[in-house]
Amino acid sequence: MDFGFLFEPAFSGGGTYLDWVISGIQWTLYLSVLGWIIAFVLGSILGVLRTVPLAILRVPATIYVEVFRNIPLLVQMFIWYFVVPEIVPKAAGDWLKTQMPMPEFWNAVFCLGTYTASRVAEQVRAGIQSIPRGQVHAGLAIGLTLPQTYRHVLLPMSYRIIIPPLTTEFLTIFKNSSVALTIGVLELTAQARQISEYTFQTFEIFTIATVVYALITLTVTFTMRWIEGRARVPGYIGTTGK
Amino acid sequence: MAMIEFRNVSKWYGSFQVLKDCSTSVEKGEVVVVCGPSGSGKSTLIKCVNGLEPFQQGEVIVNGQSVGDRGTRLPQLRAKIGMVFQHFELFPHMDVTANLNLAQVKVLGRSVEEATAKSHALLQRVGMIEHAKKFPGQLSGGQQQRVAIARGLAMDPVAMLFDEPTSALDPEMINEVLDVMVELAQEGMTMMCVTHEMGFARKVAHRVIFMDQGEIVEDAPKEDFFGTPRSERAQQFLSKILHH
Amino acid sequence: MFSQFDFEVIRSALPFLWEGMQFSLGLTLLAMAGGIVLGTLLALMRLSPFAILSWPAGAYVNLVRSIPLILVIFWFYFLIPIAIKHLTGNPYASGIGPFYSALIAFTMFEAAYYCEIIRAGIQSVPRGQVQAAYALGLSYRQATTLVILPQAFRNMIPVLLTTSIILFQDTSLVYVVGLTDFMGAASKIARRDGRLVELYLFAALVYFILCFTASYFVRRLQERITPPR
Repeated sequence: MDFGFLFEPAFSGGGTYLDWVISGIQWTLYLSVLGWIIAFVLGSILGVLRTVPLAILRVPATIYVEVFRNIPLLVQMFIWYFVVPEIVPKAAGDWLKTQMPMPEFWNAVFCLGTYTASRVAEQVRAGIQSIPRGQVHAGLAIGLTLPQTYRHVLLPMSYRIIIPPLTTEFLTIFKNSSVALTIGVLELTAQARQISEYTFQTFEIFTIATVVYALITLTVTFTMRWIEGRARVPGYIGTTGK
Repeated sequence: MAMIEFRNVSKWYGSFQVLKDCSTSVEKGEVVVVCGPSGSGKSTLIKCVNGLEPFQQGEVIVNGQSVGDRGTRLPQLRAKIGMVFQHFELFPHMDVTANLNLAQVKVLGRSVEEATAKSHALLQRVGMIEHAKKFPGQLSGGQQQRVAIARGLAMDPVAMLFDEPTSALDPEMINEVLDVMVELAQEGMTMMCVTHEMGFARKVAHRVIFMDQGEIVEDAPKEDFFGTPRSERAQQFLSKILHH
Repeated sequence: MFSQFDFEVIRSALPFLWEGMQFSLGLTLLAMAGGIVLGTLLALMRLSPFAILSWPAGAYVNLVRSIPLILVIFWFYFLIPIAIKHLTGNPYASGIGPFYSALIAFTMFEAAYYCEIIRAGIQSVPRGQVQAAYALGLSYRQATTLVILPQAFRNMIPVLLTTSIILFQDTSLVYVVGLTDFMGAASKIARRDGRLVELYLFAALVYFILCFTASYFVRRLQERITPPR
């Protein structure tokens, strides 16, 4: 293998091919992290709503989850990018088409975030439901309101229990960020393909991309394992989902 | 005036009736034991007192407030009624002191210092002060249940509810919990206890309620209940559990 | 907005979309079958006490699971022609066609995911069952095929099916190498006729109905297999 091509001036943009790789890594991380923030916040809200006793809150959350997880990510990506600007009111559509900064990137972030939110919601719901009903009763019996019971009793335990599946979901959004290349975001996989087309050093550049993905996955996995250890409740041997 | 009063309470799960026209009351300072075979509705009955189980007919009046009333603020009412559960239900992610402090701070609005002082005094009383910094998972069942009783008492309740407090415990731990309960009864706490511990009932109960299939079959002073239960079902039940 | 929604576009595209759907379903079912077979082998290797078997299987599974499917597709589209030239010794070998390339890529990718499910399933069979099988004098192969795997698969069926529904959704990613699966067909007509709104929304609706129905039946199956708490 010869990695010398990395330091040659790239076909365009003024830098080297190494600069293209680095830029690809950056976009992959931006997509994953920003998408995750949406997924985590929205998914947590939806997951909680799916467990509350009020049908008027539970049903919309359930519909959201079913819609977003039963349509392929690629289709959702195209809908955000090609369809939404056409079916929203004209002024908003014009803004989306002509004035929104970095439309490909932000569309991809919202798409990844809202798609992953449906999966996060399922994990949060499963975490809450794995906690024995007696805990809700105990929270209410000492005079907490239902929201207080969620805040102080159910959620602190649920989030601890679901750290491993949430880690998996983060790694999933990280890998899924490559789907953004279909609407033109030059993240890592797109850069790898582009560099292979310009340099014909396909094996080398794919190897680099693979190693970068694997290293980031490893880093995240070990960090989360460490956090899980730190967050462990002394003496607690509990339900860990599956 | 009765501290807790049930007036013709009925409850259904779908078409299955779990409580059938139940009426009884618990006076201030009275200790009432509720017993009966499993599935007889006794846990459901006691959970109607603080509104953990909603009911469709009748009324439950606690400390002058109607539990089923729309206007009743349940969290405030519950804060005045301590409850102890079969499976303890301490909060596993909080240490013992934090378990006792939570509702004192969040519901009663006490300062953390005030709450901690109260918590430590109660832990002293139930013999758990040296475990104040431990987590529930590090305690035995009997120890957890004593902490759970202290958690209920920390709210300065006007009455305490016990829902089979010893039935999840290993036999050697039952007495440490019963001792705390007896002491509480002798101090004049109003108590409603679902339990099969007839020794406890004989020692401190004023009245015994026997339930079967959602009905209050017998509601009598302790002496009458253990002397000559009027119903055959209560007699059968007693002979079964006394011979175990 | 919807006043301009042209159903005629979709009606006339139906035959072409159906061809694409056949591609998607065929790819899903074959990759599922191949992936489960290969995944079972990988799982047995990973659980083997011999490092020479467990180590390569573990390395393969962890590597594949840490990279995006699109990159895996690119990898196999690059590697398969090279492999064929080596295997046949013919530098002008014409390859195996896009469908089979996609099939190999998806099978190899999904095998890594199926492997982890199957491994968990095998480990969920109580140790006592293995010991009882050996105590009866069964060989490793007999104990595995007659005692362990039947129990393991029974527990795993819902998860395997759920993963396969996601596999079906993932087959839409063959778009990146220009193949005409259902989504590829929708996309080609959308661009040809300039009818992106109609075709992408229709594609979303079809995927939703299929996946929602399938996951509904998987849930029903799961409830039958695991008794409620």
